[in-house]
Amino acid sequence: MSTFNAIAARPAPSTSSGALAWCRANLFHDWKTTLGTVLIGLVLLGVLPRLLHWALIDAVWSGNYETCQAASGACWAVVQEKFRFILFGRYPHAEHWRALVCTVMLLGLILASCTRAFWRPWLALLWLVVLAAYFALMHGGFAGLRLVETDLWSGLPLTILLASLSMVMAFPIAVFIALGRRSGMPAIRSLCTVYVELIRGVPLISVLFMASFMFPLLMPQGFNIDVLVRVLAGITLFAAAYMAEVIRGGLQAIPKGQLEAAATLGLSYWQMQRKIVLPQALAMVVPGLMNNFISTFKDTSLVAIVSLYELTGAMGMAMNSDANWRPFRIEGYLFIAVIYFVFCYSMSRYSQWIEAQVNKSKQR
Amino acid sequence: MSTERIAPPKKRWSWRSQAFRALVYQALALAVIGGLVWYLAHNTATNMHQRGIQSGFDFLLGTAGFDIGESLFAFDSGESLLQAYLVGLSNTLRVAILGIVLTTLLGTLLGVGRFSRNALVRGLCRIYVEVFRNIPLLLQLLMWYLFFTEVLPEAAQAWQVGPLFLSKGGLNFPIPVWELGHQLAAGGLAVGLGAALTWRARARSLFETDGQARSMFWAPLALMLACGVVGWILGGAPTATNAPMRGEFAIENGGALTPEFLALLVGLTTYTAAFVAEVVRGGIGSVSLGQAEAASALGLSQGQSMRLVMLPQALRVIIPPMTNQYLNLTKNSSLAVAIGYPDVVSIANTAINQTGRAVECIALVMLVYLSTSLFTSLLMNWYNARAAIQER
Repeated sequence: MSTFNAIAARPAPSTSSGALAWCRANLFHDWKTTLGTVLIGLVLLGVLPRLLHWALIDAVWSGNYETCQAASGACWAVVQEKFRFILFGRYPHAEHWRALVCTVMLLGLILASCTRAFWRPWLALLWLVVLAAYFALMHGGFAGLRLVETDLWSGLPLTILLASLSMVMAFPIAVFIALGRRSGMPAIRSLCTVYVELIRGVPLISVLFMASFMFPLLMPQGFNIDVLVRVLAGITLFAAAYMAEVIRGGLQAIPKGQLEAAATLGLSYWQMQRKIVLPQALAMVVPGLMNNFISTFKDTSLVAIVSLYELTGAMGMAMNSDANWRPFRIEGYLFIAVIYFVFCYSMSRYSQWIEAQVNKSKQR
Repeated sequence: MSTERIAPPKKRWSWRSQAFRALVYQALALAVIGGLVWYLAHNTATNMHQRGIQSGFDFLLGTAGFDIGESLFAFDSGESLLQAYLVGLSNTLRVAILGIVLTTLLGTLLGVGRFSRNALVRGLCRIYVEVFRNIPLLLQLLMWYLFFTEVLPEAAQAWQVGPLFLSKGGLNFPIPVWELGHQLAAGGLAVGLGAALTWRARARSLFETDGQARSMFWAPLALMLACGVVGWILGGAPTATNAPMRGEFAIENGGALTPEFLALLVGLTTYTAAFVAEVVRGGIGSVSLGQAEAASALGLSQGQSMRLVMLPQALRVIIPPMTNQYLNLTKNSSLAVAIGYPDVVSIANTAINQTGRAVECIALVMLVYLSTSLFTSLLMNWYNARAAIQER
């Protein structure tokens, strides 16, 4: 009869936290993962040093186009040379400070609107004041400020104005259209549906063409609207259709019992929407609205095609007008790509933060 | 306790009746919209009359008077404007259809890559998505165009990969010389498709009777390909191709894709793939892990579990937003106008500049996109209905 022999205790598991363990779990888990890591690592080792050399080590940071032509790396000097033209476009050179002040003002307002402390009724008033100040300062023509016509407005200030103003104006339209699509009245419901589906069925560029070619025909004789306003109206109507669909999603998510309870309490239709439905629905769709804002911000680059020189257009003009610097357009493009990226990426991060804020009520 | 019923109030046309108010509101809304439309139409008519602009679509039959950079079928400036529109339409559809196929492949790979065990793959997929969707498409298209027309070498020093040449002149690739063998091969494929479908139907009915799973994909596919190969061999197995080769100034022979087309296709594909990747990621993430565990408990292999359990459920979540992305890609192909690819919008733009018929030209463009959007929606709705839960 054999006696009981305890087998040796198993060794303690090797560390399951820390960098080494992380690498083992995420990079060298089994032979497939290891193979992938090695292959990707080799490609990265081949590409990254070259990229670093081009973008940083061999790059020219200042100087003229001749030093750039001699160098083998990127020519960031073009950004230093042209950044005022890229950022402010055709706006008169001596008045660039006005464009800068307006940009900072509008950006500051947008940033402020993102924080909880500013979510108050007077925020709407603040927007009105700042927009009025923006238009006054950009346009000038008083107190010794030179008059600058709107067709000279360009670059970053124009991009930010187009994006923010069209979103602000599209929002109320979108709310009414979304309510209309859920309305019990067949005529109003079909009008709203037709509008949304029509706009969503065509590309923005055709709406912009319409704004720039057809709008003058639609207006009575001798009635001339500024091209900036026309394009703004086009983007607004376009964004409103997409936004209405997002808001409709929120409206659909409100349980019917809420409406019935509100009706039982004797609220009228508008009271019901204002006090019960919209506060819940809008809070739910804030992330979707932020997505809308991001795509509208990117879409403003299309107005370059109908000859308004926002950031992309101003950049094209700055590069194409100077034959010496033309070969270094790619650096210019990368420069504004970084600007767009910073804006869009921070907006998407903000959207995630706000999603967490909205979901706070659901957490225990 | 009183049991007498209160008689329902007689219907009266009073302001206190909801039905009556609804009628009034709707009539008002219709009147306002109708009035607005009439007013705008009236203004347009007066303006056009004043400026001596004619209206109507008869100008489409007049000669185009401009050349088009590339087209699927022969076109010259002497042909009608309608013909030019058709060329533009075919160019739009060509880039949209190819783009949708490539985007689906790339986007699915990127989306699945977010679930990879390898941290490098996960990280790269994430960086790709963040970079490509946060930069405007127009800017990306311009950069791709710059790449295809300026960064690439001249045709004389074209990059060569096997029989493919890539240079400032575009991409050149070999095309087979059309012979009897190819016709027979195509016929064989068609016969094989029929055979494969019969196989699948038979395998399914056998599965119903004995519960034995049979190959539903690889065997029918092999059957179909085999029929094609048999046809090709029967036709004498032709291998002649029209391959591109280096000429003195340009790459000669073979098929070619222009730099404009390449820039648009690559730009649209890489941009939309970032969005598709997010859609796929959301879809896969929405299927609960318990499903995969249950599938493996039932003895399904990893592949079977993905194909039979996970994917059908993920598809339900994926299809509607995927449809949106397809529609976006098609609409975004209109940005071709910025890089000079002759799609329907740039043809319309040229036509407006030549004939001054802005209203008609823009209406035509909108009609084209509306009908394409509608058609894609119908197709995807049909597919969605197939993939949806079959409820009783």
